[in-house]
Amino acid sequence: MSPNYLLKRLLMIFYTLFVVSLIVFAITQVLPADAAVMMLGEHATPEALDALRQTMGLNAPVWVQYGHWLWALLQGDFGTSLRTGQPIGPAMFSALGRSLLLAFLSIGLMLILAIPLGIIAAIRRGKVADIVVSLISYLGVALPEFVTATVAVLLLADWLKWLPPTGYVSPTEDFFGAIAHLILPVCVISVILIAHVSRMVRSELVDVLHTDYIRAARLKGMSRGTVLRRHALRNALLPTITIVALDVGYLLGGVIVVEEIFAIPGIGRELIVAIQARDLPVIQAGVLIMAATYSIVNFIADMLYAVLDKRIQYD
Amino acid sequence: MIEFLKRLLRTPQGAIGLFVVVLVLLIVIFGPMLAPNDPEKMAPLARYKAPSLTYLLGTDQYGRDIFSRLLIGARATVVMAVLATIIGTLVGALIGTTSAFLGGRADEFIMRTVDAVMSIPSLLFALLVVNLLGSSTVNALVAVAIAFAPGMARITRSVALSVRKQDYVNAAMARGESSAFIIRREMLPNVVAPIIVEMTIRISFAIMLFATLSFLGLGAQPPAAEWGLMVSEARRYMHLSAGILIWPSVAIAIASIGFNLLGDGLRDALNPRT
Repeated sequence: MSPNYLLKRLLMIFYTLFVVSLIVFAITQVLPADAAVMMLGEHATPEALDALRQTMGLNAPVWVQYGHWLWALLQGDFGTSLRTGQPIGPAMFSALGRSLLLAFLSIGLMLILAIPLGIIAAIRRGKVADIVVSLISYLGVALPEFVTATVAVLLLADWLKWLPPTGYVSPTEDFFGAIAHLILPVCVISVILIAHVSRMVRSELVDVLHTDYIRAARLKGMSRGTVLRRHALRNALLPTITIVALDVGYLLGGVIVVEEIFAIPGIGRELIVAIQARDLPVIQAGVLIMAATYSIVNFIADMLYAVLDKRIQYD
Repeated sequence: MIEFLKRLLRTPQGAIGLFVVVLVLLIVIFGPMLAPNDPEKMAPLARYKAPSLTYLLGTDQYGRDIFSRLLIGARATVVMAVLATIIGTLVGALIGTTSAFLGGRADEFIMRTVDAVMSIPSLLFALLVVNLLGSSTVNALVAVAIAFAPGMARITRSVALSVRKQDYVNAAMARGESSAFIIRREMLPNVVAPIIVEMTIRISFAIMLFATLSFLGLGAQPPAAEWGLMVSEARRYMHLSAGILIWPSVAIAIASIGFNLLGDGLRDALNPRT
């Protein structure tokens, strides 16, 4: 991996964020919401509104507003929320922390379950185990998060009363309470990911098992298990990194729904509240942070792939 | 065509997928005629009824017949999903082929921009667009179409580029065929097949995305019989009667699995490699 490539990839992240900032700014500009009216209420006098617009720079041309916003952003200033009047940055990043906890636990659970399922399905191809895994994965891919979440709450919280239905507890305050509150959301988010990734692992491994070098290793007299561990899995599992990284986009969408349903104060919930209240600065900051998360994860995945697979020479 | 259908039906995915999708489409067309009860008629005395001969799947929190609502709701969910996917695919295909055709720096620029747009999760993108245009079914359709376009652009471009490099295209060029002929007779048929496969699978995503938008209150509005909206409304009453939550969920799952299976079946049938 050349430094040149690294630089190019980093520039890509900045370009991505630039495009996203343009899109977000364009969308929020078209939104029929007047920030001044939102802050002062509908009964404010025209003079007061004008004065506030003046101080907020709302009378300036759009590109000047965009420039001011971008300049403040580059200095780490996300602006203030129209709804709460608080600075957005700190609130958003602590919300992001809770969402990342949810996301990492979901990815962890997914890896623990999806990879073994995919491997079993591939080596028992066409047998009962394979069919069962396929059925599970078709069902998993076809159920939207809000359906799995609602059914899970009905079953495990309402009827069986094993787990708390909704809410969030900070892990530093009450560790076991936090775990209990996180089990359902994490399971719900991982369902679709497990279904998708186990299918991908299966198809990669099936392809690898049909290659000449696997046949050569078997003919050499190596046992099935050794061939699988030493040769097949290494090549079959590498693409999983890329797939998981691309699934992060989907994961972030799922996080929005799941946080809304389970009342978890993460970035997804902040965004939904902001979108419903037309709190423009919060929408802008939230979308940008989500896009940045996605870009950075994909950047890390590319680097990891290059480090693990020596055959890949990026330039 | 007959040969192709035979190949499609030979795989279990293809056969089941085709069956489910045809069934769903039949319900979309004939559903409203088949509905035994008025889907919006409220009956305060017949709330939370268990399944019976009059109410095949029972009644909901307002005493409306769930079975009839599902039959009618198929239109709202499935038709919208199919339309949105087709529009998104057309827009994406246009961007993708243009990019592949232009090549060089223009291609690089277009694809980097498409990548950038894809870094916004499609659900979030749809939420933003719907919020911008106002929540209604048509706006949700536009939102999902726009959210799907970048992904389809990427796929179309990569398929078009790989087809362009194939020997049969080079052979046609060597024969001295015109570009129009090569694009129409050699490239298009081979580009269309993978795109149709991808589109079929994406319809199931669209069904889920529509249902999710309605669930979040940004798609179909009450008292519409949209499946996602039905789940959303059932949440508050689910401990009184699980049926009002389960049946629309099952409907969403069946429709979405059907298109998913059909897509996989089509892929196998079009690509007899395995």
